[in-house]
Amino acid sequence: MSDHAADDAVPEVDESRRKFLIAATAGTGAVGAVLTAVPFVASWNPSESARAAGLPTEVDLSKMEPGQMTTHFWRKKQIYVVKRTPEMLASLSNHDSELKDKDSEKSEQPAYAKNVDRSLKPEILVLIGTCTHLGCLPKTRFTPNDATVMANWPGGFFCPCHGSKFDLAGRVFEGSPASVNLVVPPYSFEGDNKLIIGVDPAPAKGAA
Amino acid sequence: MSAVIEGKGGFRAWLNKRLPVDQFVEDQLTGYYAPKNFNVWYFFGSLALLVFVMQILTGIFVTMHFKPGEATAWNSVQYMVREVPYMWLIQPMHAVGASFFFIVVYLHMARAFLYGSYKAPRELLWVIGMLIYLALMAEAFMGYVLPNGNMSYWGAQVIINLFGTIPGIGPGLVEWIRGDYGIGDATLTRFFSLHVIALPFVIALLVGLHLVALRQVGSNNPDGIEIKAKLGADGKPLDGIPFHPYYTLKDIVGVGLFLTLFAIVVFFMPTFFGLFMEAPNFEPANPVSTPEHIAPVWYFTPYYAILRAVPDQKMGALLMALSVMAFLFVPWLDRAKNKSIRYRGLASKLLLGTFFVTFCVLMWLGLKPAEGLYVMLARIFTALYFAFFFLLPFVSKADGNGPVPERVTYHAH
Repeated sequence: MSDHAADDAVPEVDESRRKFLIAATAGTGAVGAVLTAVPFVASWNPSESARAAGLPTEVDLSKMEPGQMTTHFWRKKQIYVVKRTPEMLASLSNHDSELKDKDSEKSEQPAYAKNVDRSLKPEILVLIGTCTHLGCLPKTRFTPNDATVMANWPGGFFCPCHGSKFDLAGRVFEGSPASVNLVVPPYSFEGDNKLIIGVDPAPAKGAA
Repeated sequence: MSAVIEGKGGFRAWLNKRLPVDQFVEDQLTGYYAPKNFNVWYFFGSLALLVFVMQILTGIFVTMHFKPGEATAWNSVQYMVREVPYMWLIQPMHAVGASFFFIVVYLHMARAFLYGSYKAPRELLWVIGMLIYLALMAEAFMGYVLPNGNMSYWGAQVIINLFGTIPGIGPGLVEWIRGDYGIGDATLTRFFSLHVIALPFVIALLVGLHLVALRQVGSNNPDGIEIKAKLGADGKPLDGIPFHPYYTLKDIVGVGLFLTLFAIVVFFMPTFFGLFMEAPNFEPANPVSTPEHIAPVWYFTPYYAILRAVPDQKMGALLMALSVMAFLFVPWLDRAKNKSIRYRGLASKLLLGTFFVTFCVLMWLGLKPAEGLYVMLARIFTALYFAFFFLLPFVSKADGNGPVPERVTYHAH
C-alpha cells in the first residue's frame, strides 16, 4: 500500500535497517551480559591470601642426613621429602613383579619424575604424603625386611588405614587397596641444596 | 467468579479488582479438575511441596545460629543444638527433612514410572521435575558439607574431585569450585551462600514451573487415560473432580500420616541407624584422618555404587553422570501407546520391576565398602541399570499397546 503510506506522509519502514538495529541492540546487550558475568565467575578463584599460602615451599636439603625423611606443607597437602641412600635406591629394582604400576603409567607425576626412581635427582624423593586410596597419611617403614609389613619388605611406606604398601619410590604393591602410586608434586632445585616444591624445573617448563 | 467482581461490593470486590485472588484460587484449586481415581501414589507430589516448605522454615531458623566457615561451622552447630532453646528439635528437623525429601521425591518419581506420567503431553512436566531433582541433589550435598564434620569434609573431597576428571579443564575447575587448593573457608562460605540463597530460589522457581506445566496438561492417573477426552454437558471432565475441596482434604490425611512418621524419626531415631546422619559426621573435619569407609548419604549411593563399580576413575565419573542424566530421556525412550503399567504386558512389568529392585540394590551397595563381592555385584547391577534404558524403547513398543478402558477405573467409597 505505497500510496496509503504516501497519503499519511509516513515514510516506508526500512526493514533491513530495522533488522540491523534489532540485531545490533540485542547483540550488544548479550555481549554486555556475558562480560558482566566475568567478575562474578572470577570471584570464585582462590583469593590473594589463598594464593600466597599456595606459594612454593622451600626446603634446605643440606641439613638432611642420608636416609632421613622430613615433612612439609604445600597447598594444604603434606609433602614427604626423603634423602635416599644408595642402598635405598638399589632396593627399588628387586620387586618389579610385585608392583601394580611399576612404570608409573597410570600414576600422577610430572614428566621429569616418570622414571624408575620417580625423581629429578635419584637421591631426593619428593611425594605428596596422601594415600592414593582414600587420603590417609602413609607411615614410614624404611627398615628392610620388616616382617610386620610383609615378607621380603624392601623398605617403604605403609598406610595404617587400609594397609596400602608403597616402595621407596612411592610405587604401590600388589594386594594394596590403593591402585596407583603416590603422587609426585611439581618441584625443582636451586643450586645443590635448595628444593623448591611447587615449581617445575626451568628448562622443562610446561613439562608437567 | 466474574459475579464476585460485578455483583457484591465490599472488600472482596475491591481486592479482586486490584489483585485476582478469586481467579487464582479458581484456576489453581476449585476449577482445576483432577482425575477422580487417584490412589496413594498421588500423595507424594503435595508431600514434596510440604517438605520443601518445612526445609525453608527450619532452614531459616538454623541459619540464625549457624556460622559458616572452617573454624566456626562445627562449633556453631554443637552450640545451637545444646544451648539454644528448642534448636535440639529444629536442627534435626532440617537434617532429617533432607532424607525425607528424597524419600518423597523417589516415590513421586516411581509413580511417574508406574503410570507413564512422563509421556506426551507431559514430557516437559517430567523434565522440569528432573531439574528440580538435580537442583535438590546439589542443595542436599552442600547442606551436608556445611557443618564441616569429618564425613562432610571427606565426602566433599571425593565429590569435588570428580570434577577433576573432566579432561583439560578438570584441575582448574576443581580449584575454582573450592576457591583454594584444598577444602577451606572459601569453599564453606560459598556453599553456604548457594545453599541458603541461590539454590532455594532456583528450586522455588522450578517448582512454580512444574505446577504451571501440570495445570496446563492436567494430572495423569493410574489408568493413564486422558480425562479431558470425555467431557460432560458442563464442559468439565466426566471423570474429574475439583482439586479443592476433594484432593486438598485427601492430602491432609497424607500429611497427617507423613508427619507422624517424620516425628517418630526426629524424636526417637534422628540418625536413623546411621543412614540419615552418618557416624563420622559426629566428629569435626580432620584433613589427616579419613573415615573408615567414605560413603555419601543414602540418597546418593545408587550413583556412588556406579562410580565405584568402574575400575577407571574417568569412566566411572562419566557413567555416574550418565546414570543421572538418563532419566531426562525417558519420555522419548518409552514408545508404548498406553501410559499406565496396568495396560502393558508382562515384559514391561518385569522390566520396570527389575529397575526398581536394581536401584535399591545399588543404593545398598553404595553404602558398603568397595571390595570383593560388593564390587562384583555393583558391576552386575550397574549393567542392569543401564540395560533398563536400552531395553525400554523395544519392550514398551512391543507390549504397551493393548486395549484401555473408556473411563477411569473407580469404585465409590
